[in-house]
Amino acid sequence: MRLLRMKPGHGEVLIAEGDVEVAEEELALIEAFRAQLDQGMWAAVPVIAPDGRRQAELVRDFDEVPRDAERVIFFPRAAGGR
Amino acid sequence: MLIALGVCAVVAVVLAWEVLAASLKPALAHWRARMASGWGEDVAAYDPGRERRAEHRARELLRSCVDEEDWEMYRDLGFLRVWGSDGSGTGAGHGVAPYAYLIYPHKPIVAYVPRSSRLLSEYCVDFPDTDRPFGSVRLPPSDDVLAKWMALTADERRLIENANLHLAGRQLDPDAVRSDIAALSRWEHERRRRRDAGSLRAT
Repeated sequence: MRLLRMKPGHGEVLIAEGDVEVAEEELALIEAFRAQLDQGMWAAVPVIAPDGRRQAELVRDFDEVPRDAERVIFFPRAAGGR
Repeated sequence: MLIALGVCAVVAVVLAWEVLAASLKPALAHWRARMASGWGEDVAAYDPGRERRAEHRARELLRSCVDEEDWEMYRDLGFLRVWGSDGSGTGAGHGVAPYAYLIYPHKPIVAYVPRSSRLLSEYCVDFPDTDRPFGSVRLPPSDDVLAKWMALTADERRLIENANLHLAGRQLDPDAVRSDIAALSRWEHERRRRRDAGSLRAT
């Protein structure tokens, strides 16, 4: 699983990468996940819906991330624009 | 007499300096503060090559997340359409959803009625990164589109509640948006025609 974060002037940045089936790596992923949420990021997981179309799921806790997810993408939370 | 005039001149110069200094001090302090906060670095830090590479990465990430048809739509037309949640799964060939959204990079999301092309509203939403890694809070354009797409497809209500709602036409020219909707319709028609022709040849 890879944790990616969108960044101005850069595009996505790899925050962490690991195998959720390996306890140490899972802990590192959980720590990195929480750090991003603490920084005010939203976390989304790209998934395929039952009808075959691609969509995303917003997750608020690492437990909500599907175990087989390849990526979690962090992006700044939405704010009302002008 | 000359001495008196000289003294008067000196006094006038000193008084004028005091008055000028009082008005110049805030401007000087403001300039110093901007320089100290890295204003000069921001200007020097702007790198069009970096922005181009960032956008290239963002396009690849977008491409890897959305359906092939959606990616081609964005590549060819410069925007994405997302069906309203009530019409989820009602894409081309399966009926038309009651409403849909057009997602433009760094512009408001437009809600409209596909059957009539009637524009409903504009939802102004940003994803500001307050870390300002390169002096800007703005994501690359395709990351902005992907962020809107992920938020809309994951939790439409949450995104809409975070956006500022305006009547259609406040920021985007309604005629230009209708023109985009018409272009999308032509694009989908042409895509279906090519696909049908391809499947006929295959048989």
